[in-house]
Amino acid sequence: MSFTVNLRDVTLKYGDSDALADVDLTLEAGKIYGLLGRNGAGKTSLLSLIAAFRKPTTGQILVGGEPVWENAPIVSRVALIREGGDFDDSDYVKAAIETGQIRPGFDTDYAYKLADRFELPLKKRVRELSRGKRSTLAAVCGLAARAELTMFDEVHLGMDAPTRDAFYKELLAEYMDRQHTVILSTHLIDEVANYLEEVVIVDRGRILRHEDVETFQGMGATLTGQADAVDAVAAGLEVLAEQRLGGTKSVTVATRLDAPTRERAAAAGIEIGPVGLQDLFIHLTEPGKNGA
Amino acid sequence: MFDDGAPIYRQIADQIKAEIMNGSLEPGGKVMSTNQYAAFYQINPATAQKAFRELVDEGVLYKQRGVGMFVADDARDKLAADFRDRFFERVLAPLVREARQAGIPLTDIIDYLRASHDAGGAVDQTEKGALQ
Repeated sequence: MSFTVNLRDVTLKYGDSDALADVDLTLEAGKIYGLLGRNGAGKTSLLSLIAAFRKPTTGQILVGGEPVWENAPIVSRVALIREGGDFDDSDYVKAAIETGQIRPGFDTDYAYKLADRFELPLKKRVRELSRGKRSTLAAVCGLAARAELTMFDEVHLGMDAPTRDAFYKELLAEYMDRQHTVILSTHLIDEVANYLEEVVIVDRGRILRHEDVETFQGMGATLTGQADAVDAVAAGLEVLAEQRLGGTKSVTVATRLDAPTRERAAAAGIEIGPVGLQDLFIHLTEPGKNGA
Repeated sequence: MFDDGAPIYRQIADQIKAEIMNGSLEPGGKVMSTNQYAAFYQINPATAQKAFRELVDEGVLYKQRGVGMFVADDARDKLAADFRDRFFERVLAPLVREARQAGIPLTDIIDYLRASHDAGGAVDQTEKGALQ
């Protein structure tokens, strides 16, 4: 059993301002999703709603086909892991891990195996941990929860690169062992891209894109060559950015280039290059885009 | 491991094809499982699955339910023609285009290729390298 997620016409207001507006989103069961967005875009609000940490102002949220609000059987199988975790600072690390046992799926042996692998000091208090170790503790509890829907909200913050790498490896291993729904919220996109099946981009409280990762990766291209030739080929395409160096021009387009366009570009001596997910994301969510 | 030009599933499919062509995967031989590929390359298993699906559709691999994926007996013949086409399209077409831009006459290229070939099969090596 692994959970689907459905948001229908969901709005979340903080006072007068919309943290999320008119969100419709369907996530299939058993896939790894990347949730991308700038700071303040609404990622954490969205995840808090799905985990029933908050109630939407209007709209409906279903997890595993059921309304999630005040639904204990469902919520106990949903894990939202926030950076630094939600621990009691005065607890020992060992006790903090064992509080996970309130979840029906929690695997204590696995939790200790991970704690060992990530060198968590069981006899220290949570407040004595560095930021990185604290995030790691949160990630360990998230993996060991063995939930049907697991959401990691920027848990990588504070982790060093080797720890992040080990975390992604464990996440993938756990996923292959037991296919469940995973949402990874991050802005280190290129680092996680290969682990994802689909990508959801949130921008200013709205869902900007939701695509499978290959579609998204193939969506952009850079065209570099003589300015006139580049302009001629780029005419009519969605241009995200352009740069000029003397007579040479480079444009980034958010369009999958079809074969005739590629041929025309090649014939005009234009170099076609890929756009990394990170760059595409930066261009798509730039201030001034999307009517903001 | 992957260059970011082509989708990863296509790069995996291309790599399996190359392994079939250079003999490291034999006809009838078993291919690693989706999860083994995913764990080895650290990619989403759905991505590896897409590569396999494409190869099954092309008749290069076949699936035996509950057992795994195997290389089709005629896979190498199927791929040979494909490799030849792609060699012209991916290696020679850009070469001709760049030579034209640089003003290099075609006869110079032909002379160069012939000389390299006579010098000891160097051209064969380049072909293989470019296709992998």
